Amino acid sequence: MLLIRCPYCEEERPELEFRHAGEAHIARPAPITDISDDDFEGYFFIRSNPKGIVYERWRHIHGCARFFNAVRDTVSDKFLMTYKAGEPKPELKGSSR
Amino acid sequence: MSETYRLSSAGRLTPARTARFTFDGQSYSGLEGDTLASALLANGVHLVGRSFKYHRPRGILSAGAEEPNALVGIHRDAARKTPNVRATVQELYDGLTAVSQNRWPSLAFDVGEMNNIASPMFSAGFYYKTFMWPKAAWTKFYEPRIREAAGLGVAPDQPDPDRYGHCYAHCDVLVIGGGASGLAAALAAAETGCRVILADEQAQVGGALRFEAGARIDGQDGWAWAQEAAVKLATMDNVRLLTRTTAFGYYAQNMVGLVERVTEHVSAPDAAAPRERLWEVRARRVVLATGAIERHMVFADNDRPGIMLASAARAYLNHYGVAVGRNVGVYTATDSAYAAAIDLHKAGVKIAAIVDVRDAPAGPAVEEASALGIEVLVGCMVVRTGGRLRVSSIAVQPKSGGSTRVIPVDALLTSSGWTPAVHLFSQSRGKLAFDEATQRFLPGEYAQDAVSVGACNGTDDLASVIEEAVAAGEKAARESSGKKGKPVSIKAETSENWTGGMLGSIPGEDSNAKAFVDFQNDVTAKDIRLAVREGMRSIEHVKRFTTNGMATDQGKTSNMHGLAIAAETLGKPIPQVGLTTFRPPYTPVTFGALVGHARGALFEPTRRTAMHSWAESHGAVFEDVGQWKRAWYFPNPGEDMHAAVNRECKAVRTTAGIFDASTLGKIEVVGPDAAAFMELLYTNPWQKLEVGRCRYGVMLREDGFIYDDGVVGRLAPDRFHVTTTTGGAARVLNHMEDYLQTEFPDLKVWLTSISEQWAVIAVQGPKSREIIAPLVKGIDISDEAMPHMSVREGRICGVPTRLFRMSFSGERGFEINVPADYGLAVWEAVWAEGQKHDAVAYGTETMHVLRAEKGFIIVGQDTDGTVTPNDAGLDWAIGKKKSDFVGIRGLMRPDLTAKGRKQLVGLRTRDPKTVLEEGAQIVADPKQPVPMKMIGHVTSSYWSENCGHSIALALIADGRARMGERLFVPMPDKVIEVEVVSPIFFDEKGEHLHG
Amino acid sequence: MVEVARRTLALAGRHAAGEGVTVVPGEPASRISLRAPDASIAALSKALGVKLPQKPKASAASGSRMALWLGPDEWLIIDEDEADLAAALSRVRALHSAVDVSHRNLAIFVSGPNAEAVLNGGCPQDLSLEAFPVGACSRTVLGKAEIVLLRTDEQTFRVECWRSFSDYVFTFLSEAARDAA
Repeated sequence: MLLIRCPYCEEERPELEFRHAGEAHIARPAPITDISDDDFEGYFFIRSNPKGIVYERWRHIHGCARFFNAVRDTVSDKFLMTYKAGEPKPELKGSSR
Repeated sequence: MSETYRLSSAGRLTPARTARFTFDGQSYSGLEGDTLASALLANGVHLVGRSFKYHRPRGILSAGAEEPNALVGIHRDAARKTPNVRATVQELYDGLTAVSQNRWPSLAFDVGEMNNIASPMFSAGFYYKTFMWPKAAWTKFYEPRIREAAGLGVAPDQPDPDRYGHCYAHCDVLVIGGGASGLAAALAAAETGCRVILADEQAQVGGALRFEAGARIDGQDGWAWAQEAAVKLATMDNVRLLTRTTAFGYYAQNMVGLVERVTEHVSAPDAAAPRERLWEVRARRVVLATGAIERHMVFADNDRPGIMLASAARAYLNHYGVAVGRNVGVYTATDSAYAAAIDLHKAGVKIAAIVDVRDAPAGPAVEEASALGIEVLVGCMVVRTGGRLRVSSIAVQPKSGGSTRVIPVDALLTSSGWTPAVHLFSQSRGKLAFDEATQRFLPGEYAQDAVSVGACNGTDDLASVIEEAVAAGEKAARESSGKKGKPVSIKAETSENWTGGMLGSIPGEDSNAKAFVDFQNDVTAKDIRLAVREGMRSIEHVKRFTTNGMATDQGKTSNMHGLAIAAETLGKPIPQVGLTTFRPPYTPVTFGALVGHARGALFEPTRRTAMHSWAESHGAVFEDVGQWKRAWYFPNPGEDMHAAVNRECKAVRTTAGIFDASTLGKIEVVGPDAAAFMELLYTNPWQKLEVGRCRYGVMLREDGFIYDDGVVGRLAPDRFHVTTTTGGAARVLNHMEDYLQTEFPDLKVWLTSISEQWAVIAVQGPKSREIIAPLVKGIDISDEAMPHMSVREGRICGVPTRLFRMSFSGERGFEINVPADYGLAVWEAVWAEGQKHDAVAYGTETMHVLRAEKGFIIVGQDTDGTVTPNDAGLDWAIGKKKSDFVGIRGLMRPDLTAKGRKQLVGLRTRDPKTVLEEGAQIVADPKQPVPMKMIGHVTSSYWSENCGHSIALALIADGRARMGERLFVPMPDKVIEVEVVSPIFFDEKGEHLHG
Repeated sequence: MVEVARRTLALAGRHAAGEGVTVVPGEPASRISLRAPDASIAALSKALGVKLPQKPKASAASGSRMALWLGPDEWLIIDEDEADLAAALSRVRALHSAVDVSHRNLAIFVSGPNAEAVLNGGCPQDLSLEAFPVGACSRTVLGKAEIVLLRTDEQTFRVECWRSFSDYVFTFLSEAARDAA
């Protein structure tokens, strides 16, 4: 069971309190009606799913109930950092890949 | 039989405290503190089992958790039969009943032993190669017979009557292993005052000090020091000392699984106590003090009962006071076996000879053995052994060749060296490094906040072990808790050498011999060589082809031998071949321990509404809807489901019915931007919905498909009472929160689940208003003041209510929301009023039939995540002037606007009595060849007593253009002819809504 | 004609105990799920007579009233005297959402020297006094149910759960109480 630092609760909490919520930093286009079919496909269906560093959303659903973002290495399954929803995507130096 | 092999002069057990037990029906006596293995050995019993594949007689190899052979069944009663218990771990209790496994008709005469005679047939990969043809015979013939013949032990056939505990625990320092190193580390860590947990798998701490006679720590006998240390630790408030507790799994971020055996050693367990307890420990630092495991020698017929690890014989002698034989041979490649010979010799047991494969062994142990007059045969090997049910002789030959000498023995101790127990380190994803000098894998790079100390870290000398452990314990405490304590000083005065030895088998041995590498899986050196010859290059493939290192002992004694033989055959150095992955559990864990409290009523929450008890006492039959129990129908005496539902359906449309709708999801949407938020989350327009009015809302996902639906009431300009489907309650709130928090965070609105705040009593039918009228205060419920689709706040039965005028039946209807604790009393009051008007209570089945008569969809039944509002005939629910809502872009996708999409229609069967099966496929031409072109499927189907014929809803390609068309539903036994009709079967004009 | 409907408590009559622990249902209380931005906190605190805590896991109490921080804009307000919290808040003009959840939740008290161990039978958080001191509160899980936990003194926890989960939660705590050691 992972320990996840909730940026709102400001401490590490057991994974059981959280729910994964897919890839982060995918903003809903505005106005959404103006985008092409290809852009809609990219927005709604296509995910990067890389091996290594991923930016993903979690929700502290059984805690403070906030959605937040995390950077995790899918190889080591380690969290590099977590940050609040709406904060800019952090540029990580020295990422392993 | 008396304990003829128990020595009065040796061991730590108390002779007066005896315990009776049986093995295969024979009664024996042992002592308190014995394991089943030591008690059997005390009685001269070595033969305890039959091997997995060849059914060869097997004895006791070890004195601990690494035991591959001595697996027995422990039977407490009919429901408590535990298979595959290691006799070396099972503590003896008075009345213990053990049975041997994998033999028929008896342990001494086992018909399965013919597998051994036919063993050339059963080489590695035998199953993969042999049972190939005919294909069908695998499941019908081969597999059942193989399963019958193979496998160890028999699973219990009754439900487990025991309780199992569970606990999450947190600590600064978790020390795994209570030998000298673990105790030293725990003492040092505990001194700082930080939170320490020490877990040891044995009944008493001490580890190798159990057998290592002569070890002295702080001026006293090592074992006595260990027990004193345990007492000290147990009295410290910041320490939890867990004995009989195995750390079986090392998971992410220092989460370690421990299983504590609470009553396995107790003669008459306290019924209230859990049998085992699972600990999920989260430790800031882990100190691994897991010791080392002795390896056997690989040589021909090395598996006869009576052949065991040298350290095990020492443990049986020095701790349990049991001599494993009277004329004992030793076969070794390392010094540590000499210590066993010396201890036994000093206890008066004859040592037949020490056979040492090394050409020039030297050192204090070797010298002492010679000084004691023990015959040492250097540069020799054991080429075979004699004896059927117990070893009776060994044949010794110089490695250089020459004549063979047969030496009679009644036990043979072997040691080829020690393998550091790096299992947990490896599970923690640490990288192992091969140490060329000592030919062993040791912890290399750590992946987690852990440290290894002592034998598992390759530290051999006791003084160094303790020094290393004290430093590691103190450091772990300081780094994890920031606390510092007074320095701990522990001095070891004597120590033994644990290095040396060999891996694999000796070159030049008989290549056809059965030289076992893995006893539990009957894997021989020959099998491993065969695997390499047949093309297995990766050690992972060798493992799977031969099964070496699999099953319950997970290769504790066999892994390194197997690897060395594979490496030698491949002509590669060991580190290039690599080690197989260590996986949890370290030793087998019962399902009961893993399940813990989560069984019976605690398997899954069972949710009941406030009115559940009423439904129960009025004979309701319940159905499971997610975690909820919902009243399904209310049969009168003698009624079956069909009759009850027909009666309920008729009553609702002629008088009234009362229905518990409490399980519907409810969300209160509050804030100045509440309407703006509703506009974005639902297809419908909300800004202009008047306070006090309701609207049926449709929620889509971004892809344009229906996600949920429900009636929404506006209580105030800034307050909506939203209902969701029962099953959708949690995910709809999550979906709404997701958009609110991450896409529309500037909206001033908040969402609160009120599903459980309000009990909901639906009163539906022509008489509904008359029924509730006497109970309602402060609300004008006349049609004029409170038309269909409106909501009012007031009081009912003297308590607050949110009263909805709405209908899921097509009849005039109300849904009374009251605070949940009042639900039962208000229901009873409504029921009492209803009785005056011949109202009935109805359940979910009638609710389903009534809504289907009206063509109302159920999301998740008539939709499946690929249905648009247009498909479902709900285009009217989309706000045509809206510029945005979730799903608006998805609806524009070409596939969603294309022709030929499946649309919701009604179906009538040509024979009105025939009720279609839900899920049945629909075709246009039943005479076409198979596979037929399927144009749709039935989503809902019922008998409608109100219509006098069956009704069905279906999704059919271009359905709305097919009105009146004849289609067909092919079933296994017949083809059913149907007509496409409107999905509204009853009261198409909706006149009933108004009474 | 109508007399006032009686109240049926979901856990009426339930009681459980184990070595060093008792598990008992709490009395009815009034509760509000309160949501508000930072700017409204002062006005809401004044109206409630309890200073809304702004630190994670913190709670505040005044008389019969408690305010539990559940999230950065969310508090659970409990009044054990069943005071009309909605009325108290209805006068506040600062932006907020107040929703009555008096009947949605109910309380279970776990107390005794083994209370912490009993809760750790199903709650994965570190509940030591160091990590979860008196007054600490958190939404979390117990087995397969969501709960809100409040430590009211060293040996007493208030467990809030939703009504329909109360049988599960109470049964779980009773079972864990048998295992307390």
